[in-house]
Amino acid sequence: MTAATDMMTGPAAPAIRKTPKGTFDIVFRNASFIAALMVLVLLAGIMLSMIIGGWPAFREFGLGFVTSSVWDTQNDQYGAWPAIVGTLSTALIALVIGVPLSLGIAVYLTQLAPAWFKQPVSTAIELLAAVPSIIYGMWGLFVFVPLFAAYVQIPLSNIVEGLPIVGTVLYSRSPSGLGILTAGFILAFMIVPFIASITRDMLEQIPSVLRESAYGIGATTWEVVRHVLVPQAGVSIIGAIMLGLGRALGETMAVTFVVGNANRLSASIMDPGSTIASRIANEFNEAMGLQMNALIALGCILFFVTFVVLVIARILVSRVKSY
Amino acid sequence: MSMTTPSTVRALPHAEWGRVRQSRRTADRMMRLTAAGFTFIAIFVLFWILGMLIVKGIGGLSVATFTQITPGPGSEGGGLANAIVGSIVLTFLGIVVATPVGVLAGTYLAEYGKTSKLANLIRFINDILLSAPSILIGLFVYVILVEPFRGYSGWAGGVALGIIAIPVIVRTTEDMLRLVPGPLREAGAALGAPPSVVITSITWRAAKSGMVTGILLALARIAGETAPLIFTALNNNFWFSPTLAGGVSNLPVTIYQFASAPYENWQQLAWAGSLIITMSILLLSLIARRIVRGSK
Repeated sequence: MTAATDMMTGPAAPAIRKTPKGTFDIVFRNASFIAALMVLVLLAGIMLSMIIGGWPAFREFGLGFVTSSVWDTQNDQYGAWPAIVGTLSTALIALVIGVPLSLGIAVYLTQLAPAWFKQPVSTAIELLAAVPSIIYGMWGLFVFVPLFAAYVQIPLSNIVEGLPIVGTVLYSRSPSGLGILTAGFILAFMIVPFIASITRDMLEQIPSVLRESAYGIGATTWEVVRHVLVPQAGVSIIGAIMLGLGRALGETMAVTFVVGNANRLSASIMDPGSTIASRIANEFNEAMGLQMNALIALGCILFFVTFVVLVIARILVSRVKSY
Repeated sequence: MSMTTPSTVRALPHAEWGRVRQSRRTADRMMRLTAAGFTFIAIFVLFWILGMLIVKGIGGLSVATFTQITPGPGSEGGGLANAIVGSIVLTFLGIVVATPVGVLAGTYLAEYGKTSKLANLIRFINDILLSAPSILIGLFVYVILVEPFRGYSGWAGGVALGIIAIPVIVRTTEDMLRLVPGPLREAGAALGAPPSVVITSITWRAAKSGMVTGILLALARIAGETAPLIFTALNNNFWFSPTLAGGVSNLPVTIYQFASAPYENWQQLAWAGSLIITMSILLLSLIARRIVRGSK
């Protein structure tokens, strides 16, 4: 007894208690803290490098860099407007096509699919997200583009030729299959898995009591989706869509393959155009001097646009998750 | 339950007096058809892409594909050996860069920071990095590693891929550590183990399979990345130097350069490369998914 007490309070005890509080504990804690700070440093670094790298172009052209549509490497004149319009219009087309698809898939997975079928379908949708961007580009360029030119662009151009408005927007001067609309199509399939799986998760989080009581008063599945599930998931679905938008804005390789890489602005969505990302990917390796700065300045614009979109998306998605 | 409502109604003798009006039933059926149809379209596209890769790529697969290096312009034959090895090296480098940072940062969020303001900010920023365009990360690495050292290198490519992988690993590590029950940590602390020992030999061990999954998912994510490599590791048609200085050949950029080239053997190799890379990535994500389900 006394010996045991002696051992616990004796000179050996503080030594035992001291070792755990040793250097490894402090080093480990600080290392993990520094690693966590790296995340902040990375984002700040990306932001700073874009601003600094693009600064000569912003200084040279001022606000004109955003509004000018001249991109002339011979005379060192650069304007971002066609690329900005191309980025926004391809992303918008992707949303118009992709959002209904994604919502339909989310509803099917959560409400309609038989239990045994759910898992394989979910996996297939998620694999769609794992396919590399460049493979979408290959599929777009070598499979989708020829079909699109033969069965959509040429017949449609014949129909709308000469008509007001649609005759401008949908007419293709050179029906090659490449263009803003094609890029939007490919992008749509690339963002579907992201929007669909987040929406599915959101719908699954809604307490089943709500659904059951709606069915209990005689609502059909459609009415349950329309009047119970969608209002309940509300903002988070918008968040998921914004997340998809963020993807669509910055997608590079697939778009570079199919957008046509034209530097001019066209009123028709059937005509070739370019996006910020596609222009950077195309010209970067041959760029020198001011052109390089102009490309990084384009990246800077892309950074701030996607940053705002993603911040809104995360706020909307997390708001629902918390309750 | 949803299925029984219409069928019982139909079974009533006065179907037209049923509780569900015809217009409501039609709207419901339309919605069901549309949702199922949309799901079918997405799955169809997946199999269309896979089918295309197999049909066009399988012809380019031979022993030479894996043993010979990429051919120069106009030369016959050739393979993808240097591109495949280069891709493995770059991806491996990326994971080596990302794993310590990602695991430690995820550990900080789950074990130390928890709900503090700083931890919430880091979590938020990490989620944004998770969906940041990869081309911007390529530009960033170009500005900090390629331009100052006056040359493309495999190191820059590895770092770019690592930066893309970090947020994935941070996120999954944190999620997995949070699933470890608190009493396990308390039991460790009661034995007198300091936090670092509790984390490394109890929490990490309990969450091991989940954390490995996170790393596998990050691997799948970066293995097919093309855009960031164009600005960093570039590509070439030779075996890269062991110092990884200069361009390092890799599959994605090779596919990008070969796909629309005028040489038939280049196009064939681009398809073979696409098949190899896509199948590897899909296999990786399936394995990762299987581990997650197994551990649940």
